[in-house]
Amino acid sequence: MGNKKLLRWDTGVWVGTAEVCGSRSGIQLRRTCALLSSSSESSPAPPAGVTPSGRCHAPACRAVPMGRWGRAGQGQGQHKTEEFRKVNVLMKVPALKDGSFTLAESIAILLYLVQKFKTPDHWYPADLQKRARVDEYLSWQHTNIRPVVFSPCQVLLPLITGQPLPPEKLELATEELNVALKEFEEKFLQDKPFIAGSEVSLADLVALVELMQPVCAGYALFEERPALAAWRSRVEEAVGKELFLEAHQDIMNVKNLTADQFAPELLESFKQHLLKQN
Amino acid sequence: MPPALAYCFAKQNQHTPALAVNGLKAENLTEEFRKVNVLMKVPALKDGSFTLAESIAILLYLVQKFKTPDHWYPADLQKRARVDEYLSWQHTNIRAKGIFPLMPQPLPPEKLELATEELNVALKEFEEKFLQDKPFIAGSEVSLADLVALVELMQPVCAGYALFEERPALAAWRSRVEEAVGKELFLEAHQDIMNVKNLTADQFAPELLESFKQHLLKQN
Repeated sequence: MGNKKLLRWDTGVWVGTAEVCGSRSGIQLRRTCALLSSSSESSPAPPAGVTPSGRCHAPACRAVPMGRWGRAGQGQGQHKTEEFRKVNVLMKVPALKDGSFTLAESIAILLYLVQKFKTPDHWYPADLQKRARVDEYLSWQHTNIRPVVFSPCQVLLPLITGQPLPPEKLELATEELNVALKEFEEKFLQDKPFIAGSEVSLADLVALVELMQPVCAGYALFEERPALAAWRSRVEEAVGKELFLEAHQDIMNVKNLTADQFAPELLESFKQHLLKQN
Repeated sequence: MPPALAYCFAKQNQHTPALAVNGLKAENLTEEFRKVNVLMKVPALKDGSFTLAESIAILLYLVQKFKTPDHWYPADLQKRARVDEYLSWQHTNIRAKGIFPLMPQPLPPEKLELATEELNVALKEFEEKFLQDKPFIAGSEVSLADLVALVELMQPVCAGYALFEERPALAAWRSRVEEAVGKELFLEAHQDIMNVKNLTADQFAPELLESFKQHLLKQN
C-alpha cells in the first residue's frame, strides 16, 4: 500500500503555488513550492526563479502523490516573479502549468489530473451517481468546510503580530467547525465507509486534507468522534499511511516555525493579509 | 438562483426538470422534501431513489445523464478544466459576494456599500481572469460556467444594481449567453426573480418567512 501512487506522471505537468496564504475561502499556509515533476529523471526546466526540490503544501498538492517535489527555499518570494504571475493572474494558489495551458483552483486541478492521467476509477467514478456524490461534496466543502477549518495561519497570527489569538475568536471558530463536522457526518458520510460509497474517492481526500488543518493547529477533532476517526483510518489506509504523513510533515510542524524563517517582505505581506481577514 | 438555473438548463435540453424546488413556497419545509434534502437547503434533485443536493453537482449530473450537447461540459479536458475552474472559484468569489437579500427590505446603506464594493472586486476578477477576451469562459462556445455566472450576476441586477450598465464587455458577454440559451427561456426562468421587488411579505408562508429571517439575521 505504501508505494501505491495515485497518479503516474508521464509528462512534465507542473503544479506549484503562486503565493503563500492567498486563499480567499480559507486561510491556508502555503510555502513557496517548486513543482511536481514526473517520476522520470529528465523533467523540463522549471520556470525562472524556481528551483526543483521540496514540497508543496496547498491541499490540492498534498492530495496528489509526490514524484519529486520542488522546494524553492522557504519564503524567498520567488512566487511573485513575473513568470509565476503569468501562470496565475490572480496570484493565488495553487496553479498548474501543462505546456502552455495554465489552470488555477485546486478542485479543477485535481479533476484535470485525474482525468488526464486516467487514474483508477474510484477516485472520480465513471458511474454517474457515485460521481455525483463526489461532486456534491466537492461543491459543498467550498463554503462549509474550507472557511471554518482553522489554519496554520491562525496559529501563525500570534507569531507574526506578537499577540495571542483572542479566545473568543478561537471559540467561535471551534463552534462553526463543529457544526460543519456534524453536517459532514450526517449528510456526506452517514453509515458508508466513504463519501461516494464503498470506495475512497477525491471527495474523501479533499475532506481529510481539510480536516487535518485544525488537527495541525492543535484541535484534536477526531478524538471525540469515533465515526470520523474510523473514516480517517480508512482513507489513510487507502492512500497509504506513509504517503499521507509525508505530505503533512511540514504542516504538522507548523507550530515549530519561527518568524525569522520567513523573508521579511513575505512576512509583511502575510501580516497585512491576516490582519485583514481576522 | 439554482432553480432558475436548472430550470433554464433542463428546459433548453428538452427535459422536464426533475427538481422538486420552489424556493418561495413552504413545500421545502415539508417532511417529504426533508427526506430529499437532509440539510433542508435548496436545491435538491430526486431521480428515482437517488437524491442529490448542491446546484453544481445537480447540473453536472443532468448534463452527463442526459448527454446534452458537448459544449455545456466539454469532453475536451482543457476546455472542461476552464469550466471546472470557474465553477470552483464562483462558490466563494461570486456567490458569497454581493448577494443582495431577496427579502423585501432594503439593506442598511453601509452594508449595501460594502456589498457593492466586494461585488465590484469580484466582477473585475471575473473579467480579467475568466472571461478575458474570449467570447465565453471556456472559449468559443457557451458552457455551464457561463450559465452559472450569468444567473448569479442577475441577482444584483434584479435587486436593483445595474452592474452591466458600465461594463460593456460584460454586457456583450451577457447578450451572447442569452442568445445561446434563448432569450425567451432566460426571461421565463427569471420571471419570479425579476419580480422579487414586487413581493410583499404576505406572499411568503409564515414559517418560511421566520426561517428566512433567522437565517439572514445570522449572516448580517
